[in-house]
Amino acid sequence: MTDRRDDAPPTTKKHGDAADAATASLIEGKGSSVVGRSVTIDRPANELFAYFRDFTNLPHFMENIVSITVADPKVSHWVVKAPAGATMEWDARITQEEPDRLIAWTSQPGADIANSGRIEFRDAGARGTVVTATIAYDPPGGTIGKLIAKMFQREPAIQARRDLRRFKQLMETGEVATPAMNPKQYEEMGL
Amino acid sequence: MKALAWHGKHDVRIDTVDDPEIVNPRDCIIKVTSTAICGSDLHLYDGYIPTMQAGDILGHEFMGEVVEVGPKSTLKKGQRVVVPFTIACGSCYHCNKHQYSACPNGLPADNQDIAQELYGHEMSGLFGYSHMTGGYAGGQAEYVRVPFSDVGPIVIPDGVDDDKVLFLSDILPTGWQAAEYAQIEPGDTVAVWGCGPVGLFAVQSAFLMGAERVIAIDHFPHRLELAKRFGAETINFEESATYEALMEMTGGIGPDAVIDAVGLEAHGMFVDNIIDQIKASTFLGTDRPHSIRQAIIACRKGGRVSMPAVYGGFVDKFPLGAFMEKGLTLKTGQTHVQHYMPALLNAIMEDKIDTEFLISHRMPLTDAPKGYDLFKNHQNETTKIVLKPGMAG
Repeated sequence: MTDRRDDAPPTTKKHGDAADAATASLIEGKGSSVVGRSVTIDRPANELFAYFRDFTNLPHFMENIVSITVADPKVSHWVVKAPAGATMEWDARITQEEPDRLIAWTSQPGADIANSGRIEFRDAGARGTVVTATIAYDPPGGTIGKLIAKMFQREPAIQARRDLRRFKQLMETGEVATPAMNPKQYEEMGL
Repeated sequence: MKALAWHGKHDVRIDTVDDPEIVNPRDCIIKVTSTAICGSDLHLYDGYIPTMQAGDILGHEFMGEVVEVGPKSTLKKGQRVVVPFTIACGSCYHCNKHQYSACPNGLPADNQDIAQELYGHEMSGLFGYSHMTGGYAGGQAEYVRVPFSDVGPIVIPDGVDDDKVLFLSDILPTGWQAAEYAQIEPGDTVAVWGCGPVGLFAVQSAFLMGAERVIAIDHFPHRLELAKRFGAETINFEESATYEALMEMTGGIGPDAVIDAVGLEAHGMFVDNIIDQIKASTFLGTDRPHSIRQAIIACRKGGRVSMPAVYGGFVDKFPLGAFMEKGLTLKTGQTHVQHYMPALLNAIMEDKIDTEFLISHRMPLTDAPKGYDLFKNHQNETTKIVLKPGMAG
């Protein structure tokens, strides 16, 4: 038997047990679909962690969030846009937290969409911090639901990619890039 | 306000649209006093660039007066500024390396998908140049919203005419960077394909960097005449065989450095070019790269290839074998405008670089559709059109 293992992250695997391997890195992996994405942000990890850990900041760069309310230090309530004008809601509980390094969460029973995830902050020296988001979820409506979400660009893989880019822009420049010609247009375009 | 909007292939119109306002804290709004039509605008006009939408305001070479500033802008109302066509934040990893056109912070996140798919990475945002580069409204308008106004625009001293400094926005730094990328050494012979604005600025720049000879290649007699004015020798490719002429003019060695300032819409009836045109019209290949092929074949062994010319997609019949066997070096890329602006402004003020020679037409903004037609169909005498929104029609 040839050893086929390599050093690439589990979320980039082409074959078979990819999802399992990636989900295994989550504390409480939920769901069959896994998204992993990294971005390098030219800011120290403690600054990024502090901004992210205050979940009320997340709508500043996450496009699909309608609202996040923080009930207690570990539990928050999320309302998120879904395809065709619908919304989905869940309570998320923080399952692991290491200051300046990582936050992991999982949805509570009764969620419209079962999901869990983690965000890690790794020091990258002069280049700043590598931020990696890993999200597992059960697409509502299975594969069809995932395709519909993709059509409406509400698919988590697309969203995670764009949200991380906006996080980088906001942290590095103090603003999120937009071609809007006036505040009204900006409002209509969303982030 | 009035603005020049793209509505389809060979269809640009003056539309009336809402005035821009401050959106982000580092924005400013400028009232445009001069804006030029760029050769690369013709790629949009001819429908070669994907992700255009009807109503998109064109223009990426512009300057004007600051009329509004966001709370984080460092500009003051009333200042005159030239705006770089690349939208860069000024402080990220790439900007710190002065690779401004690689800045990811000026390109809206949603628009980054296209470039990432096509090129592997996102590039900087650009004004008025399709949605792949951000969908920003351009400068062929009465007013423009300028992001990152605290780091991009350069302030022009009073008393210096618009026409002297307007080209700091794109073509002058682009021609300069092209010559810099050719890594010219004293005594070198440099060949420049294309005597459009970028090619002509590359000719001037190459001499300033110590080239002994510059050979300019085009088929428009007037443009070759302009190159000659700066001391270049010329080859009219309709009169002479370019490769053979270059070899004879360099004693069989070939030019030490070659600059392709033509790009994806090469003119001329060469066999490979005709095949490219058929392929482009059937979307089999998007770019028509005759000039870069010829430049690589003509370049001396161990020489340098500089490619300021715009290419957007894929090409075939690229002479990779010649490139490898001869051990050439290629440097290319969108221009890092912000890096060059201060030094080039000084060079203009000290009369080391002539910019005004290029302007063949000045017209009101409202005549812009006529300007596009002129620039497209009468390239020999139309070297550069400058639109003046304040000029009476």
